[in-house]
Amino acid sequence: MPVLLPASLPEAFDALAADPAAQLLAGGTDFMVEANAGHRRPGSVVSLTRVKELRGFRLDGQSVVIGAGLTYTEMMEPGFAELVPGLAQAARTVGSPQIRNAGTIGGNLATASPAGDTLPILAALDADVTVASSPRERRTVKLAELITGPKRHTLEPGEIILDVRVPARAGRQEFLKVGTRNAMVIAVASVAVVVDFAGRSVRVALGSVGPTVIRAHEAEHEAARLIDWDSNRLVGSLDGWGDFDDLVRAAARPIDDHRSTAAFRRHAAAICAKRALERIVDGRGSEAA
Amino acid sequence: MTEGTVDAVAGGVAMPEHVSYTLRVNGREHRVSEAALTESLLYVLRERLDLKGAKGACEQGECGSCSVLLDGLLECSCTVLAAAAAGREITTVEGLTPEDGSLTDLQDAFVAEGAVQCGFCTPGLIVALSDLLRRNPAASELEVREAISGNLCRCTGYGRILAAVQAVQEARSA
Repeated sequence: MPVLLPASLPEAFDALAADPAAQLLAGGTDFMVEANAGHRRPGSVVSLTRVKELRGFRLDGQSVVIGAGLTYTEMMEPGFAELVPGLAQAARTVGSPQIRNAGTIGGNLATASPAGDTLPILAALDADVTVASSPRERRTVKLAELITGPKRHTLEPGEIILDVRVPARAGRQEFLKVGTRNAMVIAVASVAVVVDFAGRSVRVALGSVGPTVIRAHEAEHEAARLIDWDSNRLVGSLDGWGDFDDLVRAAARPIDDHRSTAAFRRHAAAICAKRALERIVDGRGSEAA
Repeated sequence: MTEGTVDAVAGGVAMPEHVSYTLRVNGREHRVSEAALTESLLYVLRERLDLKGAKGACEQGECGSCSVLLDGLLECSCTVLAAAAAGREITTVEGLTPEDGSLTDLQDAFVAEGAVQCGFCTPGLIVALSDLLRRNPAASELEVREAISGNLCRCTGYGRILAAVQAVQEARSA
């Protein structure tokens, strides 16, 4: 059976157990580009689009469990955006309505592009990813364990990404992305910032400026030092961001390629991170940067 | 796993990378026999089913000229694996027009407002904008622009297209 369209998870596991080398297919927006160019010729395909257990999302205590088949369009819907606003923001920057109707969070993870738009916010939220090769054999991995390099992941043959778990309503979140236009663009640089006022912590993750998403830990500590956690405002003057943007710049490990230069990417990441933090902490909006 | 399963090649020498399946397009069933496994829906629509409305250009989901509806959702048919579209309701631009061969009000407005120049992007825009106006009849100009942000037109500069949408919105709400 060269193309299988399982409707349930047990059917999908059966299909993969019989043919572990089958190409897994989610929305197809990355795979088909390569197939159309003749770069991918799998002997068999298991399409996950109809697997009902992978659809939708649910609340589990303080966590949101996001099915791997949740599309970008679905992430933008108010009921989801209210729970994980940074992911809704990121989803809206993906491609076009056509791409957002097809592409999924599971596909974004498995493609493992350095420019994957959901990855910075998932890293900033310290997401857990559940993968499984049978109903009983499940494991939970962090993003950094799952994605180890450009288009490199640690999924075993026969394994499926089931869901992604992030905290619900976790502080204030911002996702910013730089490209040549607002739509239909692969990120030149992107930044996700999460400020957890209850936990008094700041998380900053950078996309498209390294082989995988980068957490800017030193910049996070600097930002946490600069916030007055009793008033939720910036300590000192409005320009007092200290070394924050320099630390973001230092954390980035970009390269020159056909989409941009390393120098511009580093610059864009630092500006975006500072702007995102300003929007969250001071509510001053983009005019401040 | 019978439902939704694509048949293996029946009889003869089994070619593992070829598949046969049935697509439901514009309300009609179409049998596709011994197609290459990785054929896109766009390719099958145009080359096997002779539905030339969806246009092929970028082949990577960037230009929107191949836009179709899958179960009512706008997608680029070039990034849909045709065999995996079995069992889904596929609507192409041909399926939007009345049986008598006349045009929809949106298509008429495109003609009247000069929104068609070379015409290559037009079918994709008609599918995308028909979808938008069904979901959001009173879409603002910004919402219209976002709805067609994945449909490239290199002739019109989009002004005539926006005018056509506005004309339809006004006529429908009159």
